[in-house]
Amino acid sequence: MKLVETGIILKNTSVAPDIYDMTIRLPEISALAVCGQFVEVYPDNGVNLLARPISICQIGDGTLRFVFQAVGAGTRLFSSLKAGQRLRVLGPCGNGYPISEEKKFILVGGGIGVPPLLETACRLKDKGEVDVFLGFRSGSFLREDFENTGANVYIASDDGSAGFKGNVVGLMESAGVQGDVIYSCGPRIMLKAVAEYAEKRGIKAYVSMEERMACGIGACVGCTLKIKDGNGISNKKVCKDGPVFDSREVVWQ
Amino acid sequence: MIDTRVKIAGVEFKNPVTTASGTFGSGREYGEFADINRLGAVTVKGVAAEPWLGNDSPRIAEVYGGMLNSVGLQNPGAEYFIKEDIPFLRQFDTRIIVNVCGHTIDEYVKAVEILSEADVDMLELNISCPNVKEGGMAFGTDCKMIEKVVGEVKKKAKKPLIVKMSPNVTDITETSKAAEAAGADALSMINTITGMKIDIYRRKPVLANKIGGLSGPAVKPVAVRMVWQSAKAVRIPIIGMGGITTAEDAIEFIMAGASMTAVGTANFTNPTATMDIISGIEKFMTENNIGSLDEIRGIIE
Repeated sequence: MKLVETGIILKNTSVAPDIYDMTIRLPEISALAVCGQFVEVYPDNGVNLLARPISICQIGDGTLRFVFQAVGAGTRLFSSLKAGQRLRVLGPCGNGYPISEEKKFILVGGGIGVPPLLETACRLKDKGEVDVFLGFRSGSFLREDFENTGANVYIASDDGSAGFKGNVVGLMESAGVQGDVIYSCGPRIMLKAVAEYAEKRGIKAYVSMEERMACGIGACVGCTLKIKDGNGISNKKVCKDGPVFDSREVVWQ
Repeated sequence: MIDTRVKIAGVEFKNPVTTASGTFGSGREYGEFADINRLGAVTVKGVAAEPWLGNDSPRIAEVYGGMLNSVGLQNPGAEYFIKEDIPFLRQFDTRIIVNVCGHTIDEYVKAVEILSEADVDMLELNISCPNVKEGGMAFGTDCKMIEKVVGEVKKKAKKPLIVKMSPNVTDITETSKAAEAAGADALSMINTITGMKIDIYRRKPVLANKIGGLSGPAVKPVAVRMVWQSAKAVRIPIIGMGGITTAEDAIEFIMAGASMTAVGTANFTNPTATMDIISGIEKFMTENNIGSLDEIRGIIE
């Protein structure tokens, strides 16, 4: 079930260059949400018509937390809003990460793909050991939040300003990371490397994909992803069939 | 008392609001937000005889006051539509208009033959999609081709035939008259206007297909003008669409000469847009002592 809810912004602060940490009071949507899902946030400014898909970082008691990057007109508008202002939100959208009954979990996030893994880490912490690998271009964000879940947190940055110098999959390779299941979100090139890493070692991997979308609920068929289908290929909807897919099903280009 | 009913080619609709093809799927998704029973009709996403994969992603680009799409008529084919979507829609008290697509005249005819046997109320021939290389707009912008494809399809169509018109023409009255002469029972307009957006940082078009179709409030004045011109040129009814976001927008189209209106991109910005527009039309009629839409239809000289 999905619905549209207008919620009051409780907090909106910058936590890194262009990265904002926003909490919105959304009692109905938060009650339905699971980790790995996203919401559609409407700019409602008369110019930018389409809602922006934003991943759910944490599900609170009647609230949702989003950590998003200001990259275009819509997200820049959201970044300028203050506590007390309102946003119209549709959600929860998408399938979310399946919570496995395995014991050793590996979470791999890159850049603005890091936030949805936080709620995932919270959900997994009571089930087994959680190793979190986070990659950034420079610096890091949300590190303490992940550490507070009790997970083992490892950081990589392209410029070496935080943790391991290099990409996050390089860090995993150098450490010879093993586990039962990988949950990942980040740029496509990183997800492809994660899929290869998982396949080489026989680890199951779930990847959260991104695509430009209009409706967010499966009607417009704008956000398709090529998925292996028998001997052929079919176009699945990132918003409805995903955003989380089994890494072995994705046609990596 | 107000009477919102309209009749097109012998088919009666409870009100003049349907959905624009391709923006509402077959109703499942927006059925969570909107009461399908209240709609005059659901015009479903384009259906071809066989499944189509559609274009590569990205297929969506936002532009000022609108959006571009280049979906390319991805659809699961007529067999799937008949098996899965018609039974779903028949649970509701609404009309079904099926949008029909093809790459060639043979494909259009084949799809129309199959869908004519299905439990639908009307067929909408999509000869105006700008996002397919063959068929689509290639047919809808040339009067000779319009006459040919509409004529061939009409021979096999056992349901009233709407022809969906392309705005990418010099004179909409010429193409409208061609469709009418070839046997169209009604026209719908406008399909999207071809457009393009360039990502200046990546130095590439945003859409994988490079160009796409522009929709949303940005196209509304073009659409109103075309409905007005076309309504003066043909005798068959017109379903008007193009950026309709509010009841006032819909009433503009009716005053321009449209018998019915369709809500498209507005669904994406407001999942209850269709409901709000239906209620708004009723309110407008009540407040302005309009008993029937016939009193205002085409009143613009």
